[in-house]
Amino acid sequence: MNVLIVIDTAEGIIKKSAFETLSYGADLAAQLGVNAVGLLPGATSEELGSLGQYGINKIVHVNPDQPRADDPTVLAGLIASVASTEQCDVIVFSHSLSGKSIAPIVSAQLKAGLVTGVVGLPDTGNGFVVKRAVFSGKAFSHVRIETPIKLISVNPNSYKVNTGGSPATVETLSLPTAAPRVLVTKRQKSSNELLLTEAETVVSAGRGLKGPENWGMIEELAKVMGAATACSRPVADAHWRPHNEHVGQTGVAIAPTLYVAIGISGAIQHLAGVNRSKVIVVINKDPEAPFFKAADYGIVGDAFDVVPAFTAAVKKLKGV
Amino acid sequence: MKILVCISKTPDTTAKIAFTDNNTKFDTAGVQWIINPYDEWYALVRAIELKEAKPDTVLHLATVGGADADPIIRKALALGGDEAYRINLDGADCYQVAFQLAQLISKGGYDLVLTGKETIDYNGSSLGGMIAGINYLPYISLATHLEIAENKAIVTREIEGGEEVCEVAFPLVVSAQKGMAEARIPNMRGIMAARTKPLSVVEPIAQDPLTTVTAFELPAPKAGVKLVAPDQVDELVRLLHQEAKVL
Repeated sequence: MNVLIVIDTAEGIIKKSAFETLSYGADLAAQLGVNAVGLLPGATSEELGSLGQYGINKIVHVNPDQPRADDPTVLAGLIASVASTEQCDVIVFSHSLSGKSIAPIVSAQLKAGLVTGVVGLPDTGNGFVVKRAVFSGKAFSHVRIETPIKLISVNPNSYKVNTGGSPATVETLSLPTAAPRVLVTKRQKSSNELLLTEAETVVSAGRGLKGPENWGMIEELAKVMGAATACSRPVADAHWRPHNEHVGQTGVAIAPTLYVAIGISGAIQHLAGVNRSKVIVVINKDPEAPFFKAADYGIVGDAFDVVPAFTAAVKKLKGV
Repeated sequence: MKILVCISKTPDTTAKIAFTDNNTKFDTAGVQWIINPYDEWYALVRAIELKEAKPDTVLHLATVGGADADPIIRKALALGGDEAYRINLDGADCYQVAFQLAQLISKGGYDLVLTGKETIDYNGSSLGGMIAGINYLPYISLATHLEIAENKAIVTREIEGGEEVCEVAFPLVVSAQKGMAEARIPNMRGIMAARTKPLSVVEPIAQDPLTTVTAFELPAPKAGVKLVAPDQVDELVRLLHQEAKVL
């Protein structure tokens, strides 16, 4: 029995989270002594054999002459079908927006246990037990999947990407699809060029910035760091910044390598969305700001002085 | 038009997270319980708005839980809704909960089923998709807007790097997130009315969970913040580059 990895694409381009998922699936297959098979539904402009570099053996490219289906139920049907023909009893998804939509449907269709938001390889010594983040990042749980077919979705930014594998074989396959019941009438990109959940570095600011007109220096710092921008809830609620930038309990939860919080006090609801960041830097003029307790590095100072100096220092480091 | 909103009871956002019984159970001592914010602020409030716009809309609420979930479902009824169901089961995993709700939904003939995008305790993001999968209903996840047209729903959902507008004929399942509606506070009239709204307790149908939590674990505590003087930003950048190796 093999491991099937579902490859996320948007408009035919493979998402960065898919590289982590492919690496995870390949390492899991090696652990189980089976093959890793990637599944990519719909048309793509990418060269698929090179995905072997992440350690997988084979790619099944389903319906390459059609755009990727918009209806998650249709995609779920394709995944279940390929899992059966490729004899896969583990299916790995990204815990991305797309994975969140499709994986539960596959779980219900196959009556197979699903664990979402997984942060490491399973312990297969006694059953199949995976670790996942719970309580909005404040704890982890270990969950055993009890069914013969096992579904997991991997949290973005929680698994290292493999390199150096040899090219994968690519097989194209035409499968009948169920009639779609979801009709997409309009699609638009957000202005945030770098996807917040995939960004390695995130620069985030809060009410301490005083108004939307002061975000220029935040964007400048983010640009020199190659970071995505984010904000706290009051800032999004005041419409200083778009809602899709709001990180926290009720916004987006992220786990970047570096999170820089500027003028954010660090209420527990905000921390819930960012506490899985590897390194947290806090810049706040209030030394009593609760965020300092969760931070790795901090500067007690005025953002309007510190941020431009920070930008200049990063520029100097990078030689730009 | 008949709407069902799925409600979950969760620990308050500021609750202390700790475990008992050799780290196998969540420590509920001193925990305040609330309606899961995504269920309340987005799914329920949007459903109430739809009913306000079309008063002949039937709005039901449902939860899966023991009698300790009753105050939560009454609180939800204080915001709005005609009546509520509590399926009398301490759900062991998301599939078990989805299965119970799916049976209630197929009997109730709902046009629209709304859930929050996830609960703030288990963060599974799976309930709506599982209900849709079990009952073979169309599913729209992570919706930020929902409008009702003649015989279909027009839903905006978040996708990687943007959003898309979808049209789906009834019945369907939608998971709601920020943008869908604004949080409301129940008023005295709502609280009084909620006391007499019907709350039916339904016995569960046998269905084993598909997964089992074997243990919980708290993250390792942080070493403590390293402070850098505000005029030493170069030193911060050096630390991030050489010590933390993240720049």
